[in-house]
Amino acid sequence: MAEKFINIKLKIWRQKDSKSAGKFEEYPLPNVSTDSSFLEMLDLLNENLVEKGDEPVAFDHDCREGICGMCSLFINGEAHGPDRGVTTCQLHMRMFKDGETITIEPFRANPFPVIKDLVVDRTPFDRIMAKGGFVSVNTSGNTQDANAIPVPKADADKAFDAATCIGCGACVATCKNASAMLFVSAKVSQLALLPQGRVEAKERVMNMVHQMDIEGFGNCTNTGACEVECPKGISLENIARMNREYLKATIVSE
Amino acid sequence: MSNHGMTKSSVGRKILMALSGFFLLFFLLQHFSINMLSVISEDAFNSVSYFMGYNPVVQFVLQPILIFGVVFHLAMGIKLDMENRKARPVKYEQYNGAANASWMSRNMIITGLTVLAFLGLHFYDFWAHEMNEKFIEGGANSFANGGNPTRFFHELQEKFVDVWRVIIYVVAFVLLALHLLHGFQSAFQSVGFRHSKYTPIIKKLGNVYAILIPLGFIFIALYHYIDQLN
Repeated sequence: MAEKFINIKLKIWRQKDSKSAGKFEEYPLPNVSTDSSFLEMLDLLNENLVEKGDEPVAFDHDCREGICGMCSLFINGEAHGPDRGVTTCQLHMRMFKDGETITIEPFRANPFPVIKDLVVDRTPFDRIMAKGGFVSVNTSGNTQDANAIPVPKADADKAFDAATCIGCGACVATCKNASAMLFVSAKVSQLALLPQGRVEAKERVMNMVHQMDIEGFGNCTNTGACEVECPKGISLENIARMNREYLKATIVSE
Repeated sequence: MSNHGMTKSSVGRKILMALSGFFLLFFLLQHFSINMLSVISEDAFNSVSYFMGYNPVVQFVLQPILIFGVVFHLAMGIKLDMENRKARPVKYEQYNGAANASWMSRNMIITGLTVLAFLGLHFYDFWAHEMNEKFIEGGANSFANGGNPTRFFHELQEKFVDVWRVIIYVVAFVLLALHLLHGFQSAFQSVGFRHSKYTPIIKKLGNVYAILIPLGFIFIALYHYIDQLN
């Protein structure tokens, strides 16, 4: 597709810090290459703002190749914008029309408070992980090599699919209930499917779900929006697995 | 291990929501089957209604369980919805819900509350009437005495003379259909039942159930309305 240049208008949420009230500001931005990524477009805007002596728009980004999960943004009513299976850094300006007004908002959820402009605090995910998103390993030197335990290919594939979750929070952002179940279920599944993870499976699901509830995420109503918006295509199958794991851990005790 | 109980955790409540939903799905099928008898045979409808209305097990064991199931499902539904609203106190300026989820799945509280409003009318029409007939106006012994075993068909038909009541029935069942179109398959997902082979079948079965049963109730209401036009 040949490169074109479009003129757009940006409607961006500006908020000085977590305590200040925020509001939308509009910025016209001419001559945006359709080959540029969404974040490159924001870089262009910020260069213009800095040249004028204005405060640049704060937004999260890191690897810019779709693997770190750092970029966020709610663009025109969708997490990571209108494209499917991509993070915001992989979203390109060719998805937008000349003359279009693009609304950019931070991810909205009670557990994800705005830090500044479009940057939100996603550390609740870290606290959920700290409650069981790992395998406890005895590092005495006698640890068995992981490859020595046979794992069926189908299970390994499913575990790997779940493990591709980058923890970006798009599932929470897009869910009408601000539920974190797709994230938590992926993190429960990636270990529950493997023999190394089965040992602590019960504690893991109970503790991670409990922490998710403490953080104040909403409840899952199976709308499936998370699966559609997830840049890594994490399946709802994982939520069903988490529900099963939870049910098992609740009604069966040793 | 922090086991904070089924009724307190988000996943636990979702499972309970699904289980009460399953129960209500089963009840609806049973209710529909009996109502359908009113179209087929007046006598059969009267005798089954009499059994349901005067059998002590149905009245004093099954009926309280049903009422608990209904109250639980709706109270929990309202509570969960309120929590969900609290989980996003600052709303999006622009939210394109239709881009990634069906209208039915996003509006369960609206369709559910409409069905609840209809249940108010339905309880007034039939349940309150039955209670009055059996325990209050009919006298202290009327339940034990068994009452009139042939009154039910006539009482049913009386309700469908007024065209407005028929319209309310139709609207309520359309909304129930929308509720079930999401609810049926959603309940299976909530209890963790998901299978590459069976889930597509459950989804199709759910669509069939969600459309056929409400359509059947609408047919019964219209049948009795039209039956009494001349």
